[in-house]
Amino acid sequence: MNVGLVQALMSGLLMGFVYSLIALGLSLIYGVMDVVNFAHGEFLMLGMFLAYWFSVLFRMDPLLAIFVIIPILFLVGIGIYKGLIKRILGGTRISQILTTFGLSVFMANMAMFLWTPNYRLAERTLTWTTGDVSIFGVYLGVPELIASVGSIIVFAFAYYLIRFTRTGRAIQATSIDSEGARLVGINIDNIYAITFGLGIACVGAAGVLLATFYYIFPYVGTFFSMIAFATVALGGFGSVEGSFVAGVLIGIIESLGGFFISPAVKYAIVFMTYMVVIILRPATGLFGW
Amino acid sequence: MKKGFVLVCALSLVLALGGMAFAENVIKIGAIYPFTGPMAGTAQMLKDGVTMAVDIINNKYDFDFLFADTEGLPNLDGAKIEIIWADSAGDPKTGMSEAERLITSEGVVALIGCYQSSVTKTASQVAERYGIPFVNGDSSSPQLTERNFNWFFRTDPHDGLYAQQQFEHLIELEKQTGESLRRIAIVYENTEFGAQVAKAQEALAKEYGFQIVEKLAYTTGATSLNSEVTRLMASKPDVVMMAAYISDQILFTKTFKTMRFAPKVWHNTAAPGEPDFLKSVGDDGNYLFLRQGFCADQVVNKPVIGRILEEFRNKFGQEMLADAVRSFHAPIVLADAINRAGSTDPEAIRQALLETDIPGEYCLSPWEGIKFDPETHQNIYGQYIICQIQDQTFYTVFPSAFATRETVFPFPSWDDR
Repeated sequence: MNVGLVQALMSGLLMGFVYSLIALGLSLIYGVMDVVNFAHGEFLMLGMFLAYWFSVLFRMDPLLAIFVIIPILFLVGIGIYKGLIKRILGGTRISQILTTFGLSVFMANMAMFLWTPNYRLAERTLTWTTGDVSIFGVYLGVPELIASVGSIIVFAFAYYLIRFTRTGRAIQATSIDSEGARLVGINIDNIYAITFGLGIACVGAAGVLLATFYYIFPYVGTFFSMIAFATVALGGFGSVEGSFVAGVLIGIIESLGGFFISPAVKYAIVFMTYMVVIILRPATGLFGW
Repeated sequence: MKKGFVLVCALSLVLALGGMAFAENVIKIGAIYPFTGPMAGTAQMLKDGVTMAVDIINNKYDFDFLFADTEGLPNLDGAKIEIIWADSAGDPKTGMSEAERLITSEGVVALIGCYQSSVTKTASQVAERYGIPFVNGDSSSPQLTERNFNWFFRTDPHDGLYAQQQFEHLIELEKQTGESLRRIAIVYENTEFGAQVAKAQEALAKEYGFQIVEKLAYTTGATSLNSEVTRLMASKPDVVMMAAYISDQILFTKTFKTMRFAPKVWHNTAAPGEPDFLKSVGDDGNYLFLRQGFCADQVVNKPVIGRILEEFRNKFGQEMLADAVRSFHAPIVLADAINRAGSTDPEAIRQALLETDIPGEYCLSPWEGIKFDPETHQNIYGQYIICQIQDQTFYTVFPSAFATRETVFPFPSWDDR
């Protein structure tokens, strides 16, 4: 029982860090631009597929793809901002929702068309992230460990960018008051483009980290994006620290709930926690302002 | 995409009309499958199975099989079978309206399909109403033949039968090895498919005197299955019986390995038999047991299977998998019945279907034959085989009459392989 508890706790913690990274991009884009990106999960799927193809075509470890995919998805994000999101910023909320939702349907179907609906796993001969380690008598998969450590590193890097660089301060300023930011000479359009790119790059990185152990298929993003929405709402829309804590919390709640109550209801418990927080702190979540 | 589809429809219509003008001596059979949507890949395999069967009926082949040595149906002046395809998109309502269209405007004399049990259910209701024979080979819900329809026949075994065979297999293993396998954990995905399988297993466990130590429902598509496996391990089962979809089956296999969970026996439904499974997990898929309707190793028992598999490979450029074998039997059964009836009158065909007695050597599946129960119209010889994966290949291990390899027992620990 005790080992089971530690096992559940550790597994939940590991997955939680990945959830945090996935949620970060969603939270950032909403906080700064006031746009809810319903295609967020599909960018995760894109990151996973790119890592897969990188590994298969170049016969290399999918994990290495992270150095290529972060910049690629950053540019993809900027491109999608310029071509699509920019045009709906001034529009009504419903047109924003329909646009990003449409984008998600388009991306999932495109992936199905290009890469078939089959399930894939990164080829095991190509990756050194295999096997498992034993800590405190519980077994943890090496790929999961690397994914969670990788998520923390990428998260820390993004955090540094947002909090401590000039561009990051401009992003924060825009997030707090975009009119004010414009008045002091910040190029809002550029900040939006960078923010969107950054958000997509983060979720793409999470995709690469997941691709070493999770199965890949065109609709893989759907469930992860549901978790991401709960995470962001729990942590407070727009709060970077909030996404981190909420991601870890959700990972642990999911795992412990599944262990103590019943696996069939573990996601129900996750979403119930989220609803309780919404009722107690409606607009802000745990860390929002 | 949509335009292309319309074009293909128009084209096939033209071809169908053209075909009608030239060859009057054809017998039309309607086939409904989910050609679009998430099951499109499976539907293609099912279609290829039907096409292979029709090809054998309509053309001459030099091996010993029903209709192989003749062109068309001999008792109807060599009439050829023509399949009219219809797309259900996996939707029961669409399946129903397509069945209606095939019967009323295409004038088919019989229907086959529809893969998803929910679609077969509605489409066969239409056939029942119009009095048109419906032969199904590819839906496994027990409920379909419990309706005692007059016009519905099924060649394949159903899910309820599988649970029974699982327990018979366990009892045989206990006898062979002297080990107790009484502690059972049931793991199932919590929608219709998994819940039905679990229900049947639970009822039979009681009947056969097995103890259920854990009954675990899980959400399909879960991002992590660690807490599920942790709970399973805590219940210390001898046997895990799992009803999962392929995606979860992959993740369960990886999680079992990570947590070093190795029950003595790991029983599964058909999910590990899908080609993506072994591609994804490789060696880690070894020693699982799974249900199959067909296994290529049966060629040892019936050499003609090898010839048909070869023809299939040449024709479609890929292996004939279990789904194609399932759909293969229905057109053969219908052709046999129509030929014996000597007419395309629905009632005559129905009577002939009731008298169907196809010997085992003309079945690709490991059956003693095809003969329908007079009440339910379920094939009384229909059964599954239980395969074990060894060296990333499927080998039949149960029933022993069809076995091609020794069982590896118990499931080896993850460190010793």
